[in-house]
Amino acid sequence: MIRGIATVARLTLHEAARRRILLATFLCGMAFLTLYAIGLHFIVKNANAQGGSFVQRGLFTAFITLAGLYAVNFLTVMTAVLLPVDTISGEIASGVMQTLAAKPIRRSEIVLGKWIAHVLLVAAYLVLMAGGVLAIARAIGGVLPPRIHLGLPLMLLEGVVLVSLSIAGGTRFSTVTNGVMAFGLYGLAFIGSWVEQIGTYAGNSTARYIGTIASLIMPTESMWQLAAHHMQPALMRDVGASPFSPVSVPSTPMVVYAGLYALLVLASGVRAFSKRGL
Amino acid sequence: MTAALETRGLRKEFGAKVAVADLSLSVGRGEVFGFLGPNGAGKTTSLKMLLGLIERTAGEGTLLGRPLGDRAARARVGFLPEHFRFHDWLTGRELLRFHGQLYGMRAAHIAPRAETLLARVDLLEAADRALREYSKGMLQRIGLAQALMNEPEVVFLDEPTSGLDPIGRLLVRDIIHELRDHGTSVFLNSHLLGEVEATCDRVVFVKQGRAIHELRLTDAGRSLAVELEVAADAEILAGLERLGRDVAAENGVVRLRVENEEALPEIARFVVERGGRLYRMSARRKSLEEWFLEVMGDDQRPG
Repeated sequence: MIRGIATVARLTLHEAARRRILLATFLCGMAFLTLYAIGLHFIVKNANAQGGSFVQRGLFTAFITLAGLYAVNFLTVMTAVLLPVDTISGEIASGVMQTLAAKPIRRSEIVLGKWIAHVLLVAAYLVLMAGGVLAIARAIGGVLPPRIHLGLPLMLLEGVVLVSLSIAGGTRFSTVTNGVMAFGLYGLAFIGSWVEQIGTYAGNSTARYIGTIASLIMPTESMWQLAAHHMQPALMRDVGASPFSPVSVPSTPMVVYAGLYALLVLASGVRAFSKRGL
Repeated sequence: MTAALETRGLRKEFGAKVAVADLSLSVGRGEVFGFLGPNGAGKTTSLKMLLGLIERTAGEGTLLGRPLGDRAARARVGFLPEHFRFHDWLTGRELLRFHGQLYGMRAAHIAPRAETLLARVDLLEAADRALREYSKGMLQRIGLAQALMNEPEVVFLDEPTSGLDPIGRLLVRDIIHELRDHGTSVFLNSHLLGEVEATCDRVVFVKQGRAIHELRLTDAGRSLAVELEVAADAEILAGLERLGRDVAAENGVVRLRVENEEALPEIARFVVERGGRLYRMSARRKSLEEWFLEVMGDDQRPG
């Protein structure tokens, strides 16, 4: 079992390297980080020139850092959906999968091998990008957001949910259908989350309820909300005035739910692929 | 020893469409078996059922003594799909090594086996080029090598010579002969009848997902069509009825069928002894193409 998974995972990583997917991702990431560093540099310089209290400037830098992490979150979402979107449906369509599946290897090993490889790729991407934003914030702004050790794993969990969805979708649907569905669900969770925040703020329980349902259908945005909640200074959280300060904070059971959600989606993908005619 | 492959009543439906109706086959060890039929007869679907790539709707079967789709049996099987394609960023050598790993071969065996096969399919010089630079024929040859990495006991080849030039076809033909000499069973899916005739021991004709006729190409069971250009009287013609069947005379040409070559000198002697003047005599086996058209019937349209 392990050998088969490892063989498929190695091939998938090899493919990412050989097809210059990693290079393209890395270069785009570097461009983003460079732009971010330049922007932050001028913002901090400007803020210092205008004066303001130490606390004000600290909050301002924390806000910009969270904005950077929010952009990283969005890029990670894109990467987590797009990187594996074609890996199974594309190989079925091209006939590559027939040769693969005729080998003495379980169908589940093919799915799990591809899943592990893509989780590793998304994790590496997140570490590089979020690490870059944090290092820049520390170097230029002089601050680090609190509780990174809680925030980053939540962002990774969000990516894992999307990788699982994208892989599992590929066992049933064509590449385009799969991509449209994964982003559609992500959009649903995104809007649902905003409806929930506004509903909570305005005391509208129906809106809150809709938001909760949306997070159960797709728990990705909740993971970002919780990560953002953890990674902002206590003062900013208490004021609650920034878009990164959720009024309605997702609970710990939601994290467990997201983890189970990813596993269940993956299991359903393994099951569908095992029964599928190639 | 058990048969390499045995099936009883295999059936596959896709919704309301019946792709394979009722397929019962048996392929012996070391036999080169041809699976013939027009496009859409269910050849590829049958092959996929045998390999466990698609689930069967009904029927039973064993491959190397194990139930169809069994993973352990697949370790002893090779498969070249129709229009072989694989990740085009791999080089030929990498492809073979990767498939060696998928077969679960020991690392020490993979590299030498890959080199042997690269040489055998004449791709040593192209071994370090990416598959995207390969021609159709080269892809088909590396695909064949891939199917042989594990020194399989049964090899399934789905249209192995499609896209190959005459030299490539000869190469595949030679490899199939070598496989048979090693006792490997070969299951050949093809509609290139010339190839089949040159390589197969036995063929089965499939029509609408049913095996409708079986033909052994190695033995003399296939009758000969004899043609005599002769000036002969009715007595001689009557005598020929005893030596062959389906005797017909027209414009000085007599046609008849005999079971084997041994009948030919008898016919010549008989005609000459009875005073017939024999100008020409020829005998030939019915070609596989003639069999194919006859077995498939008149209702066939190009598929």
